[in-house]
Amino acid sequence: MTVNGKAVERLVEPRLLLIHFLRDELNLTGPHVGCDTSHCGACTVDLDGRSVKSCTMFAVQAAGAEILTIEGMAAPDGALHALQEGFREMHGLQCGFCTPGMILRAYRLLKENPAPSEEEIRAGIAGNLCRCTGYQNIVKAIQYAAAKAAGTPFKEAAE
Amino acid sequence: MNEMTPTREERAERLEGLGCKRKRVEDIRFVQGKGSYVDDLRLPNMLYGDFTRSPHPHARIKKIDTTKAKAVPGVLAVLTAADLKPLNLHYMPTLAGDVAAVLAEDKVLYQNQEVAFVVAESQYAAADGAELVEVEYEPLTANVDPFKAMAPDAPLLREDLKDKTSGAHGPRKHHNHVFTWQMGDKDGTDAAFRKADVSIKEVISYQRVHPCPLETCQCVASFDKVRGELTVWGTFQAPHVIRTVASLISKIPEHKIHVIAPDIGGGFGNKVGAYPGYICAIVASIVTGLPVKWVEDRIENLSTTAFARDYHMTTEIAATRDGKVTGLRVYTIADHGAFDACADPSKWPAGFFNIVTGSYDFPVAHVTVDGVYSNKAPGGVAYRCSFRVTEAAYCIERAMDILAQKLGMDPADLRMKNFIKREQFPYTSALGWEYDSGDYHTAMKKAMDTVGYAKLREEQRTRQEAFKRGETRELMGIGVAFFTEIVGAGPSRNCDILGIAMFDSAEIRIHPTGSVIARLGTKSQGQGHETTYAQIIASELGLPAADVTVEEGNTDTAPYGLGTYGSRSTPVSGAATAMAARKIKAKAQMIAAHMLEVHEDDLEWDIDRFSVKGNPERFKTMKDLAWAAYNSVPPGLEPGLEAVSYYDPPNMTYPFGAYICVIDIDVDTGVSKVRRFYALDDCGTRINPMIIEGQIHGGLTEAFGIAMGQEIRYDEAGNVVTASLLDYFLPTAVETPKWETDWTTTPSPHHPIGAKGVGESPNVGGVPCFANAVNDAFKFLGSTHIPMPHDAWRTWVAAEKLGLHT
Repeated sequence: MTVNGKAVERLVEPRLLLIHFLRDELNLTGPHVGCDTSHCGACTVDLDGRSVKSCTMFAVQAAGAEILTIEGMAAPDGALHALQEGFREMHGLQCGFCTPGMILRAYRLLKENPAPSEEEIRAGIAGNLCRCTGYQNIVKAIQYAAAKAAGTPFKEAAE
Repeated sequence: MNEMTPTREERAERLEGLGCKRKRVEDIRFVQGKGSYVDDLRLPNMLYGDFTRSPHPHARIKKIDTTKAKAVPGVLAVLTAADLKPLNLHYMPTLAGDVAAVLAEDKVLYQNQEVAFVVAESQYAAADGAELVEVEYEPLTANVDPFKAMAPDAPLLREDLKDKTSGAHGPRKHHNHVFTWQMGDKDGTDAAFRKADVSIKEVISYQRVHPCPLETCQCVASFDKVRGELTVWGTFQAPHVIRTVASLISKIPEHKIHVIAPDIGGGFGNKVGAYPGYICAIVASIVTGLPVKWVEDRIENLSTTAFARDYHMTTEIAATRDGKVTGLRVYTIADHGAFDACADPSKWPAGFFNIVTGSYDFPVAHVTVDGVYSNKAPGGVAYRCSFRVTEAAYCIERAMDILAQKLGMDPADLRMKNFIKREQFPYTSALGWEYDSGDYHTAMKKAMDTVGYAKLREEQRTRQEAFKRGETRELMGIGVAFFTEIVGAGPSRNCDILGIAMFDSAEIRIHPTGSVIARLGTKSQGQGHETTYAQIIASELGLPAADVTVEEGNTDTAPYGLGTYGSRSTPVSGAATAMAARKIKAKAQMIAAHMLEVHEDDLEWDIDRFSVKGNPERFKTMKDLAWAAYNSVPPGLEPGLEAVSYYDPPNMTYPFGAYICVIDIDVDTGVSKVRRFYALDDCGTRINPMIIEGQIHGGLTEAFGIAMGQEIRYDEAGNVVTASLLDYFLPTAVETPKWETDWTTTPSPHHPIGAKGVGESPNVGGVPCFANAVNDAFKFLGSTHIPMPHDAWRTWVAAEKLGLHT
């Protein structure tokens, strides 16, 4: 498989979960385990153009896939992705545990819908739980990134 | 002064001190996936531990066979109570003066209780081994109903306490009784009720819930046999306390224990206590000589570590006919589960529940709390609140609404009539607390004006008429809640944990180039301490916050502290930070006087410098003085510029707030929609408004979860039925309402910078506000109290009981 643009090959146990493969084999500890049951989304990565909860997928199922994790979001020169910048600017995180999964989900959401309404953002991240922020500033962070990608000034959605 | 000289405003702004919406320092690593949480830690040859747990809520253990488990490839050891008993570690002391089983010996007392700990080379092998530990049980009758716990024929749960007629908090009157705690004037209160024009009585239950941070509890223990030293990395809200507890129970000298709390993925009270997983990982590391990691899964988290609430409060208010409260009486049954593992200050077995008189001027009050054992998980933590303060706020705020209903008064008017007045502060409550400062009428009025309260009530009346005419099936509820918290525990005269006074600490070192490292005894779990403590230092010392590193969570480097919970970081460690900074400033002033060849009294502080009074052109900036501290101190003064402060707060702080919620409820589906939620908070001096707002958003969302759906529920047989995120409600972005925040500022008179703490206020005020809104929607139909949580099913049932579906 390809992870964050790098080809990766390993021999693994069939039952090894993708999240453990990423964290333990590749030392990509950005994606987290929060619930083990696909509810919280802390383990979300981007896999072949879809948001995937890597805690409920076997590593072998990802053979040949192209995977993006939070570690691959910033530009090679270290410049933050607009979403990473947006989360900080809009105070879209507190403990940071959901953030990598949330950003990866938002990344795919904006690919699918570059100019989402607030409602579409809320529905689009409903599979990712955050216990700290109450989501309001996460919504703003995603709007910030959408605006930046579109080259338009950031305007908060109407209340 | 030339054009390039920054103005005073520019100099102040550059500091990013108090009041600045400074972006968070922590975020740089978190947004790149570079946080370092416990589970991210990988040590060479690290082993993994996993538990075999009891499927029974109450059973005798007849036999444990570990043969098959030990035969699993990769499994190195299996610990049971029999292995821990010779070390006297099969039980551990709790913060509440009880003991809790580490691994069950003769009996299990709740479902999913720890029975064996399997240690293996991989987490997969450990899980395989845990499945193969064979335990023979003899099931016993379980009791999970707190109201039946003290029935004469209730099953005996704690055989270890069978003959003990007294516990850590006084006499025990039944084999399932933990303690009775009382406060206030019983006779005076009884007399007030005898004389009362009007009184109300309601059983107000606050269901069992769980803090459920997104990161579960976890640790890595590593014992170095050669040095005889133990290092434990863990999800600890109070790392120093963990070190002391670990030393007391393991007998390893405290200086040979190193406790490190790295980044923590949310705590909300879940990570205050010590759990069997920590003890077992430590023992396993001592036994194997290798590092051992233990990571809870979500089911283990929800069903075993640290529930909150389970408080059942029979509440009575006495009042005059025109709505002046004259007495409050509360009798509470507190379900503590199988062991009393509440994380309260030692002398407070019911926490600060005696804040239950709330924001109102009750002349007399009396509270009694009976703690009971049941076949449920132990705990009793403060889930995003100070000790039992949310229970108290829910209790009094529901009761005030019920009283208003009985009197035919508007609930906001009733509150206004009974608020403690601004001129009464400092105010001593009937239950013994000295409230530091407050201006409740102003806050309430601002809240009502902002939401257009009178108009909302008008709209509600119109819609109620329409409902009665059958034109709509939707009800509108307006929830009003006004809360007063008691946070910042606490003064050494009445607060300690295991005998250690609840001070907190800060150590600040100024480097020669004027940059700073500050170390504190608290531990952020998302609150943004690295950002906000630096702002306090920036304002106190005139050095930019950007030049301050804040470090927490390493017990080797941080001064001893009691940790972060009960909104105590800002009130206690924030105060310590300011006090340590002031010591540094005093020394800097001596150096400045020496350098400028004037008397110290001839200098004045000006944002970031000492200047000569009347001659501001002659000055030394703090940055100049930092350098000078290392080469040109006055004769007789030691070089260097650092200080430590251990701050013993003279009093708690009392944040308050006025919340108003508008909710629409479909009586045919029970589905409710929060139309509007307005939260006004007064937390005294505001350090970082951005972070405060974020804390309030988060706390309100947790309150929304609790009020509208969360419950750790047991069936009659004692099975825990809400132990995964499939069944335990955590709000998503879709259900979560939009929050409007506002503030007033009433500084704490005794805190060095006037700050009171804010992180837990929205949970304390939010829960009763949602509950009052739902109840308010139904009250015109004769309903007085619908218990939480207000999920669609229960709301539908409430409507059904009122005959709304015929």
